[in-house]
Amino acid sequence: MGILVYAEHDNSSLKGATLNVITAAKAIGGDITILVAGSGCGAVAEAAAKIDGVAKVLCADNAAYEHQLAENVAALVAEVGKDSSHILVAATTTGKNFMPRVAALLDVEQISEIIAVDSADTFKRPIFAGNAIATVQNSDSTKVITVRATGFDAASAEGGSASIEALDVVKDEGKSSFVGEELAKSDRPELTAASIVISGGRGMQNGENFEMLYKVADKLGAAVGASRAAVDAGFVPNDMQVGQTGKIVAPDLYVAVGISGAIQHLAGMKDSKVIVAINKDEEAPIFQVADYGLVADLFDAVPELEKLI
Amino acid sequence: MKVLVPIKRVVDYNVKVRVKADHSGVDLANVKMAMNPFCEIAVEEAVRLKEKGVVTEIIAVTIGSKAAQEQLRTAMALGADRSILVETDEDAQPLAIAKALKALVEKESPDLVILGKQAIDGDNSQTGQMLAALTGMGQGTFASEVNVADGKVKVTREVDGGLQTVELSLPAVVTTDLRLNEPRYASLPNIMKAKKKPLDVVTPADLGVSFASSTKTLKVEPPAERSAGIKVASVEELVEKLKNEAKVI
Repeated sequence: MGILVYAEHDNSSLKGATLNVITAAKAIGGDITILVAGSGCGAVAEAAAKIDGVAKVLCADNAAYEHQLAENVAALVAEVGKDSSHILVAATTTGKNFMPRVAALLDVEQISEIIAVDSADTFKRPIFAGNAIATVQNSDSTKVITVRATGFDAASAEGGSASIEALDVVKDEGKSSFVGEELAKSDRPELTAASIVISGGRGMQNGENFEMLYKVADKLGAAVGASRAAVDAGFVPNDMQVGQTGKIVAPDLYVAVGISGAIQHLAGMKDSKVIVAINKDEEAPIFQVADYGLVADLFDAVPELEKLI
Repeated sequence: MKVLVPIKRVVDYNVKVRVKADHSGVDLANVKMAMNPFCEIAVEEAVRLKEKGVVTEIIAVTIGSKAAQEQLRTAMALGADRSILVETDEDAQPLAIAKALKALVEKESPDLVILGKQAIDGDNSQTGQMLAALTGMGQGTFASEVNVADGKVKVTREVDGGLQTVELSLPAVVTTDLRLNEPRYASLPNIMKAKKKPLDVVTPADLGVSFASSTKTLKVEPPAERSAGIKVASVEELVEKLKNEAKVI
């Protein structure tokens, strides 16, 4: 029994979203074990052991888990978690990739992207791009769940002293292999972890104009995001997309620049504490959710904003 | 090479759904329905693979009510050769859908299954991965590029940090992301031709699956409403408000 939380990491450091998942696990109740699977991931296991409220850390350190290939990770998690009351992971692209595979291997349903815990078997989750919130009750003996990080506060990364146990379980399914990756390198904070996000839409007109947003972002310590329209138009890469099918963010301040506010975009940012919209179309739907709206040409407003902050 | 393309009939992506007053679900009466956008991308990718000569047959399949035949006809108008409806009026959940698809995979033996990464109604993002697990296939989810060669498929995936490329042995499951392709529109002659293409209807019992679910929806509520705030007249006023009123910068 107990709750198994799968750690999100890049083999060297633990990703912040794991801390939000721990808070969800605490709300469910039960001993919390964190599973770290990776290659050369000892430092991640040590960081996981320090999280407040964690009873035990299991570390599966093997080349088979280096790139988080779904087939291998799912086989491992299904074996380690089969007797757990709950298996939790952040609803990142890693968690969303392997977790349904775990559920199918255990022959249980998965509850995706929960935003609240009502009780150990009842959860709230958004459906229809967040236009409705469903309360669902699951009767499976092991509840397989992905957690939307923005729904939960981060647990304290310090204060715990869990034991670390090496796990000698190697699942190399041989169904897939890693070929390569192109990861965006940026000194700015990660979109999903930033306290301020400034996003550009189709109104930015091209990728070069995003430079204006980067300048504002660097002054504010903000991350830069984009609407689907801006990504589809090739202005910026896919990892910047905020929305129903992109990243879900809920920063203290979200600044939407040249974004009309399609429901799919709103689904990714409407839980932000303060929303600012800058758009020259005063009828743009984004103004219906903005705390502060400025009807202006972004090419005048953004440089001025940069000067004034 | 044969490709299976599971699709779903959903509320059109332009519709903003409303929650029913008794909180039993969302109101779908008289709402425009359409093929899930990610499924359109899946159909398009299969058609492009056929146009390249990699694929010889495309089978579209859906699990749903009789009305879902409309989306199968659309898939055939776009280029699918034939289709299968697993007819049910139950609200099938991803695990049961994956089991039904597994039964069809065993019957049809496709080399590739291409499906959308999520349906925009339930927003679950589970079916492809579950099907891959149940059939023992490898998976390439959230695909932005797919290349089939020498009995393998190379899939470039949209991940949080950027892009990741994996290689899978066939048969395999691929789920589509937004940038994989831009779906075409069906031409009128193709819509007419699609009416004559074969559409088989089977029951869940034929496939030996049941759509009973272990997850019960207790209630469906509207989200917390965000009310519109104020309009500011200048950038100066905006910065002042953010500093002194909202205190976020």
